[in-house]
Amino acid sequence: MPPTADIDRRAVLRGLAAAVAALPVLGTVAAPAASAAALGSWPVSTLEAFADTLVPGERRSSSDRAIAGAAPGPGAVQAGVIALLTSPELPLNPLLPGIAALLDARATAFAVSRLILLPIDRPPFVGLSFDHRTTLVARLFQADDLDRAIWQLLAFLVGLAFDTAAHRHTAQALAEGHPGLVWTGFPPPDADGLWRYPAHSYGTALAEPHPATTPSGSPA
Amino acid sequence: MSPQTTDVLVIGSGFGGAIPAYHLAAAGARVTVLERGPRLATEEFTHDLGLGAYPRIVDVIKGDGISVVAGNCVGGGSVVYFAASLRAPSFVFDRRDAAGRRLWPASLSRAALDPWYEQVEQALPVTKLDWPDVSYAGGVLAAACDRAGHTCNPVPVAVDRARCTDCNWMLSGCRFGAKRSMLLNYLPAAEAHGAEIRPLHEVQLIRPSTVPGYRYAVDHITLDPSDYTCPTGAGTLHTKVLVLAAGAVGTPVLLQRSALALGGVPPAVGGYFSGNGDRVSVAEMDEGKVRSLLGLSRSATVAYEALHIGMPITAASFDRLDASAPQFSRFTLQQIYFPAVTNTLAQTAGQRWSGVAKKQMRARWRSWLTVLAMTEDEAEGSFGVPPLTGSFTRLANGLGLGTMRFAPTSGTRRGWAEADTHTRAVLERDGLATVRPWSEDVAGTVTAHPLASCRLGDSAAISALTELNELRTHPGLFVTDGSAVPTSLTVNPSLTIAALAERACPAIAARCAQYGVPVRYAPSDPLTGATRRGEVAEAARAVAVRAGA
Repeated sequence: MPPTADIDRRAVLRGLAAAVAALPVLGTVAAPAASAAALGSWPVSTLEAFADTLVPGERRSSSDRAIAGAAPGPGAVQAGVIALLTSPELPLNPLLPGIAALLDARATAFAVSRLILLPIDRPPFVGLSFDHRTTLVARLFQADDLDRAIWQLLAFLVGLAFDTAAHRHTAQALAEGHPGLVWTGFPPPDADGLWRYPAHSYGTALAEPHPATTPSGSPA
Repeated sequence: MSPQTTDVLVIGSGFGGAIPAYHLAAAGARVTVLERGPRLATEEFTHDLGLGAYPRIVDVIKGDGISVVAGNCVGGGSVVYFAASLRAPSFVFDRRDAAGRRLWPASLSRAALDPWYEQVEQALPVTKLDWPDVSYAGGVLAAACDRAGHTCNPVPVAVDRARCTDCNWMLSGCRFGAKRSMLLNYLPAAEAHGAEIRPLHEVQLIRPSTVPGYRYAVDHITLDPSDYTCPTGAGTLHTKVLVLAAGAVGTPVLLQRSALALGGVPPAVGGYFSGNGDRVSVAEMDEGKVRSLLGLSRSATVAYEALHIGMPITAASFDRLDASAPQFSRFTLQQIYFPAVTNTLAQTAGQRWSGVAKKQMRARWRSWLTVLAMTEDEAEGSFGVPPLTGSFTRLANGLGLGTMRFAPTSGTRRGWAEADTHTRAVLERDGLATVRPWSEDVAGTVTAHPLASCRLGDSAAISALTELNELRTHPGLFVTDGSAVPTSLTVNPSLTIAALAERACPAIAARCAQYGVPVRYAPSDPLTGATRRGEVAEAARAVAVRAGA
């Protein structure tokens, strides 16, 4: 039986998307929810390693295995991707072990096909080097991958955690120093939580307009 | 209980729905508008990337090879669009397919549509920007175009500049009441004439009415405002005339599902889907060269670093809209801002959208300049078997899986390649920037401009609608949204969608009269009610005559 046979792809997709809808009810970025522990350390490590492959960060400690430590500064894990994915409020939660198992099955097959010896003290995906994780993840996104839609939605959530602090109100996340928003330099709002840019333009003509422009400003 | 009836039922409240709703209500018809999304007031629009915010009013619909961003609220796309209001260039109306067949109706040219364009420009209204309105990002594109020997224009926008704060949250609706959405003109004007707008009403099926005097019955469900996957009720409305404006991702699916009940629909329904040829690239600007090569600086120490500042679209170059150039080589190159939700799609060298180098690229986010090339695609998309309900399988507020498939043809790819080459020539000159298109790995091609999935034309072989927006073989059923636009436009489509909807109104009014609805239509301004004279009045009379009035 192929490793994906016991996973209802439709259910996984629905769960991933429902997770998006439920994000605002999550708690803070920093504290993983209690359900993360309920999920178990192996699935958490696998999902962290997947997120870290997309947006890599520095290890939390010298014993950190899920984060490969491929890049300085915070990555998707520090930005709260696991707290987001494992919140008890998320319908996605029951599906996470299946998604992690699917990733680990793919990692095992990848390792076998390349004669890579996997350590036995961590999930197979986590046992891969960062370069191997990267190669495998690239394979998951090829057009012929049966589960591509799952990885696409998971990647979307990983990006949202880092780039938008999607589980927080943006102004709050900025005030709290959300790692992703700080990394990208997202500008802060005014005191009332709204953005305004009175200075927004170089203020001078910088090119000739097209000679055939119509009076309303359109092309001819 | 007696059946619910109306004279004109409008499905959808964006540009395509709001405009007929106003004109038919002003003409004296009983008008009812059904809108799938919620109705938000100005003060309810947020500045927030939290997913409890904008997903209330915007859907990302993922298909096979294409993802679409679409409005989902009263006002539809007009609430969440970026307000760029451009007329399509003349050559667009002369486009032909690979078999040499004309794609637009012979009656439609730029000159024929110009009175309707003007009508919409005055009604919204549209404002011509001056250079002090152009954002830093638009200024960088303009200066780069100029340095490369090209022109660049400030873009006309449907924005009240006196109210605008240049906040750059247009995707979330306009908190300051500056963006001229349908909520500020056509819809309140329709309501003033008695139109009823019903939010959170999702239409499921169109079928023949069994009520004497009424032609179509429309079955709908009502939706839970906090969870659009939960129905809260159901109902049916009977109408004499039906205006379908559920958007280019909604309209074809609704007709596909209704095909059996309607005794069939034209074969072009659900075919010819176009993403407007949209091609997005991210340029990483070299800050030192913005200063040294372009002579630009925001302050003594900062040349650009201005992503997120200012209106999302402010400048565009029309240099590649040469009517004599071959098809698939023409496009507008436009500066645009996309919310950070799309950061994942930006690529580093080696077509990588993830990993170490991509994270480093994110650290330079404020120096990104995003540009959109609107090219000529071949409308090669199509819609598969419709889902059981709705126009896509809704997974959550803001997210769904659609049945559309888009496999870019060689012509479309050629258009994108031409745009890529030109964009690099402008922005990579002397190392000013590094430019790469968005990855297609995560979402396929991405468009906020879905078009042509139920298009008008002269030939039944390649179009679902008559030249006056009526569904072939189904009198009294009009389609007036982006799905009616026959081809990609090489500009942002909203003004063309609106102008075509305006042009359809005298034809819809003519049908109303034939079906016993007492209407007196004349083109008028939704803000003042003043009747228009001159060219648009003549154009309206001509349409009415062709419609049999």
